[in-house]
Amino acid sequence: MKTAHLISGSFFDGPASMNKLVTFLNKLAHGFSASFLETNNLKEEYGESSGVSISIQGLNKAFDGKPILKNINLNIEAGETFSIIGPSGTGKSLLLKHIAKLELPDSGQIFVDGHNIHTNNGVPERSYRYSMVFQSSALFNSLTVGENVGLWLREKRVRRESRIRRIIHEKLSLVGLAGTEGMLTSELSGGMRKRVAIARSLAMNPDLILYDEPTAELDPVTSDELAKVIQSLKIKLNLTTIIVSHDLNFALYLSDRVAMMDNGEIIEIGTPEELKKSQNKKIRDFIYTTTKGIKEGK
Amino acid sequence: MTKKLVPINPFHSIGHKILSTAQGTGEMIALLLETVYYCKEAPRNLSSIYRQVNDIGIGTLPIAMLMSLFVGMVLSLQTGSELAMYGSQEAIGAIVGLSMVRELGPVMTSLLVAGRIGSAMAAEVGAMQVYEEIDALKTLEINPVRYLAMPRLIACLLSVPALVVFAVFIGVIGGGVVAEVNPKINVPFSVYYDNMIRALSYKEVLKGLLKALVFGGIIAQVGCYVGFKTKGGARGIGESTTRSVVLSFLLIMFANYLLTRFMI
Repeated sequence: MKTAHLISGSFFDGPASMNKLVTFLNKLAHGFSASFLETNNLKEEYGESSGVSISIQGLNKAFDGKPILKNINLNIEAGETFSIIGPSGTGKSLLLKHIAKLELPDSGQIFVDGHNIHTNNGVPERSYRYSMVFQSSALFNSLTVGENVGLWLREKRVRRESRIRRIIHEKLSLVGLAGTEGMLTSELSGGMRKRVAIARSLAMNPDLILYDEPTAELDPVTSDELAKVIQSLKIKLNLTTIIVSHDLNFALYLSDRVAMMDNGEIIEIGTPEELKKSQNKKIRDFIYTTTKGIKEGK
Repeated sequence: MTKKLVPINPFHSIGHKILSTAQGTGEMIALLLETVYYCKEAPRNLSSIYRQVNDIGIGTLPIAMLMSLFVGMVLSLQTGSELAMYGSQEAIGAIVGLSMVRELGPVMTSLLVAGRIGSAMAAEVGAMQVYEEIDALKTLEINPVRYLAMPRLIACLLSVPALVVFAVFIGVIGGGVVAEVNPKINVPFSVYYDNMIRALSYKEVLKGLLKALVFGGIIAQVGCYVGFKTKGGARGIGESTTRSVVLSFLLIMFANYLLTRFMI
């Protein structure tokens, strides 16, 4: 998909200005016909979601010489709901941003369905669609709910306008917000904003959906509602889901498997039941806390 | 705990400043080239461009005209009074016209747009950067440069020269009214007008518009660049706003010198 190439060689790639200029010249040389081609390709590619497998090998990332992610190795199966839990500041969200291609690793590789997502050697790097639900929801305040949900569809022109409106309605219905298309995002509560963000992600029919702290700033009842939405999507849609959260009960309730991160490293991976029975002191300290954890023995 | 003070090496800090300036320049050039590249997709973003033109052009028009009216009036008053001492006040039309078309119209209007719109651009894009909306665009496969910077660049390129035309027109009228009404100057409007038309050529007008075009590009690029580089919450957004105004002013003045130097 040409768009992925264009985005990957953008101003946002980092401080290496020369690389950006070289990339730009490559774009000039090869990219002018891209916009026409990509529209046609996308029309064919806008199919149903199908989960993708993810393999992370030896991923390292440091900021100002301080290692944040240390030799991360992880395998996630297609269609799996996988959570990454751990204390604040351990690099969970940073790991998610690497999978979403918002950060480049210092070393190591990430493979989606066997394709290295950071290689850009002319081979189509991305035959899958991914989307991310951000901690802050990241809705566009200048747009209405419907315009937010339909943004990708309209930008990529994957369907006619009448069909796009139907898709927006369908996706908002999936998250229990049918009929809110005309509302401004500033009129929404925190939980509604999260659900609109999920609907916006679902509009892409993603094969992989990433949630960054989905329950942050939400009350327990709204967190429960959100968990039900994600659970129902898990049943209805065949997509791979990765959740980063320090909300333990939320993660254990939804996940097929859970990874515990501490100090930039993955210290254990297992099913929720296996994690609950773990004898690792750090995991026990995290899981069996007094106020937000689960009760010992349950 | 007392923090240990580390002596600052002046060569290190000068070198760091040079490197960061060079990097910033490179990034701005890269952003400009990428924005220009995406101008081919302008027809797809007409509604966004229209919204920006509305904000930049129509939103700024009343204040730009008011400012220009007073600039023209003051220019006429100051220059006319001096000329009257030598009995040459009839030249006032040419002086006000040329000054407004060549310098004051483009520069003053651009500074106004930089202060009013450039800072708002930096704050809006900066807020989008801080609140992860730019990242959201990237995950939606929407290039932020195409979606945010390109419409703003095109809108500025269209709006600033248009504003300058209005500003110069109003400024010249203001100067003419003062020249006629002020007893010290006392130059009839028809004389003022004839004098100005004789002095002005299409070439002069085009030079002024070229300046406005360049300044418009600077305002959009600086606003977007500073916005994209925003870090650190509300404080960062505030700093970006100030930075965009200062940087735009400096670059407009620098570009004005260069353009004047090569167009004389």
